[in-house]
Amino acid sequence: MTDVDLKGKRPLSPHLQIYRPMLTMTMSIVHRITGAALYFGTVLLAYWLIALASGPEAFDTAQAIFGSWIGRLVLFGYTWALLNHMLGGFRHFIWDFGLGFGEQEREWLARLTLGGGLILTALVWIIAYSVL
Amino acid sequence: MTMKTHMKSVRGLGSAHSGTHHFWMQRVTATANVFLSIAFIIILIKAAGSDYEAAKALVASPLVAIAMILFVVSGIYHMHLGMQVIIEDYVHTENFKIPLVMGNKFFSIVIGLSCIYAVLTLSFGG
Repeated sequence: MTDVDLKGKRPLSPHLQIYRPMLTMTMSIVHRITGAALYFGTVLLAYWLIALASGPEAFDTAQAIFGSWIGRLVLFGYTWALLNHMLGGFRHFIWDFGLGFGEQEREWLARLTLGGGLILTALVWIIAYSVL
Repeated sequence: MTMKTHMKSVRGLGSAHSGTHHFWMQRVTATANVFLSIAFIIILIKAAGSDYEAAKALVASPLVAIAMILFVVSGIYHMHLGMQVIIEDYVHTENFKIPLVMGNKFFSIVIGLSCIYAVLTLSFGG
């Protein structure tokens, strides 16, 4: 037992790469990633509001950026991140009440979060385009 | 057997000295965000494709301005709490953690106040 390294190479508990990816785990990671994306995406909202407050020229530039195909793609992604994160939040609310931990229930909660996020995002954009 | 005094247990603040305040405010703002995000999406759909005058009139109208400010306050508070958890989960050296936790607060306040300032400017006829 003389070669035991107490400082650098102590055994660690298994991390993500050890486990087979599962839907519940994936949706948990997605919840965190969408949260971080929404965090940095607030810059876009601040930019849009400042442009609107600055005057017609700044606003037209902002509208042109958000209206371009890449702008729309980013906004589409942002819509999905917001709605997926919201549904992920409902999942957490259910768990906060001590419900939904069963084998089938937690799978269904993950599926509903994923499917619901995609369906709601499509719905929002269909409504947006029908209004335009 | 615990070494805690009775007063320590009753206060229930734990090692963070703030009890469940972080957790609780995360839930309070999350609940508010459900309603405010829906309002926000409706406002943005109305603003999409509108010209300067129409967008200005929309954001400047009292109910929309109030909804926007509430959304910004609750949303920014919520994202600030969330980012702090992410930092605390992944950054374990104090030299990096402290600037990041501080930077998170700066970013949140700058974005939040910028949004509120812009909305108020429009509302008060800037």
